[in-house]
Amino acid sequence: MDFLRPASWEEALAAKAEHPTAVPIAGGTDVMVEINFDHRRPEYLLDLNRIGDLSEWEVGEKTVRLGASVPYTKIMENLRREIPGLALASHTVASPQIRNRGGVGGNLGCASPAGDAHPALLASGCEVEVESAARGVRMIPIDEFYLGVKRNALEPDELIRSVVLPKADGPQQFSKVGTRNAMVIAVCAFGIALHPETRTVRTGIGSAAPTPIRAKEAEEFLAAALDEGGFWESGAPIPPSVAKQFAQLASGACNPIDDVRGSAKYRRHAVGIMARRTLGWTWESYRGNERSAQCA
Amino acid sequence: MRVTFTVNGRKQEADDVWEGESLLYVLRERMGLPGSKNACEQGECGSCTVRLDGVPVCSCLVAAGQVEGREVVTVEGLADFAKQRAEKSGCASGACGTSLQEAQQWQSKPADSQTGENTDLSPIQQAFIDAGAVQCGFCTPGLLVAADELLERNDSPSDADIREALSGNLCRCTGYEKILDAVRLAAARGENQTAGQGA
Repeated sequence: MDFLRPASWEEALAAKAEHPTAVPIAGGTDVMVEINFDHRRPEYLLDLNRIGDLSEWEVGEKTVRLGASVPYTKIMENLRREIPGLALASHTVASPQIRNRGGVGGNLGCASPAGDAHPALLASGCEVEVESAARGVRMIPIDEFYLGVKRNALEPDELIRSVVLPKADGPQQFSKVGTRNAMVIAVCAFGIALHPETRTVRTGIGSAAPTPIRAKEAEEFLAAALDEGGFWESGAPIPPSVAKQFAQLASGACNPIDDVRGSAKYRRHAVGIMARRTLGWTWESYRGNERSAQCA
Repeated sequence: MRVTFTVNGRKQEADDVWEGESLLYVLRERMGLPGSKNACEQGECGSCTVRLDGVPVCSCLVAAGQVEGREVVTVEGLADFAKQRAEKSGCASGACGTSLQEAQQWQSKPADSQTGENTDLSPIQQAFIDAGAVQCGFCTPGLLVAADELLERNDSPSDADIREALSGNLCRCTGYEKILDAVRLAAARGENQTAGQGA
């Protein structure tokens, strides 16, 4: 095994171009487990810790550009307002020690359907900034990023540089089912983001299909129902029948398996419950904001 | 490969390090510092917790090569680390820190229960002893490092803060209540110490 220690992003891209089999390691919270347990013996480890840019973020007018290695702890502490869905999801990642090391780049690179960041990323409608020495920067819409179980749209010579997330224009929520609060791989998870500016709703489901997915039918149904009923303007409570239908459609979007963490049936059920609850939380928050905005 | 980094305030070097080796392995097997415990090797249990550039991490999940040029504090150096912090002295003289030999021979020498003197322990270590928070002792080093960092950030943590900060550390003896007691005790003693100083 060789340990490659690029000091800059350009050096890292050059190293990845020269050794496409090199496994990038940043927080190490996935890669080191595989090495410790002898599940993986990469020819090259490509350490990204020395590239300071990857641990930085920029808050722009419309977007947040989040470096691939920004640890979850920093997201929780600093970006709660700008990207609340991801900040909430970050809270549920493993433990303080893991959150101090792990970042979104690792979740995306591994592309496990259980990664905690995925539902929030899908719901936000972000883009993944990847780069290769040969072809430069490529922005991959999150909807096109996950290709299969632990497979993503990265080419072998590409590295993930950042995630560009739209700043929240409405309430966002995240919910996750597990046996305890800390150190849990999600049995299943659900993220939701209301986008009042475009009058749309986006969702993300984790651990309930071969890849992280959106509940597109549920989103479309809800957007139409909110539009037709004039709910965005009135801020009226969502009727239980609409919430129920939204939950059922979210459940229907799942394509889960039975495994040690839970049965397919349970996952479908739980995703429906989380969909209904997170919709309730976000909508109440939207109504609250509307009211206070009117008072101001 | 060779890895050079600072351990407990002193520069150290490890040779013939395998590229896939963890920081934990280097500390235990190459530097003879078995304080950081090796249990799950997957970041689940927290018993290998150390400070990496001040940040608590599972040393089993840090590749040895990643610590090149960085600073690590292990439980063996915790007493000195806490002392430096309390004195806010930094280390201009270069004489502080814990040498490898001292660290290897480190033994718990609690304060005399009558006089409170002769203490080579950090406040959190003393509190663990006084509160009876040590059972088999295996999870203790990781908990000490994590709890010490909590109190550094937050000198009067709520119970929820303590639970959150220690949520990445497992105690198979399930002695959590005493562990919580110990952190509360250390926090209370810290407050008493700074009382009247306007801190």
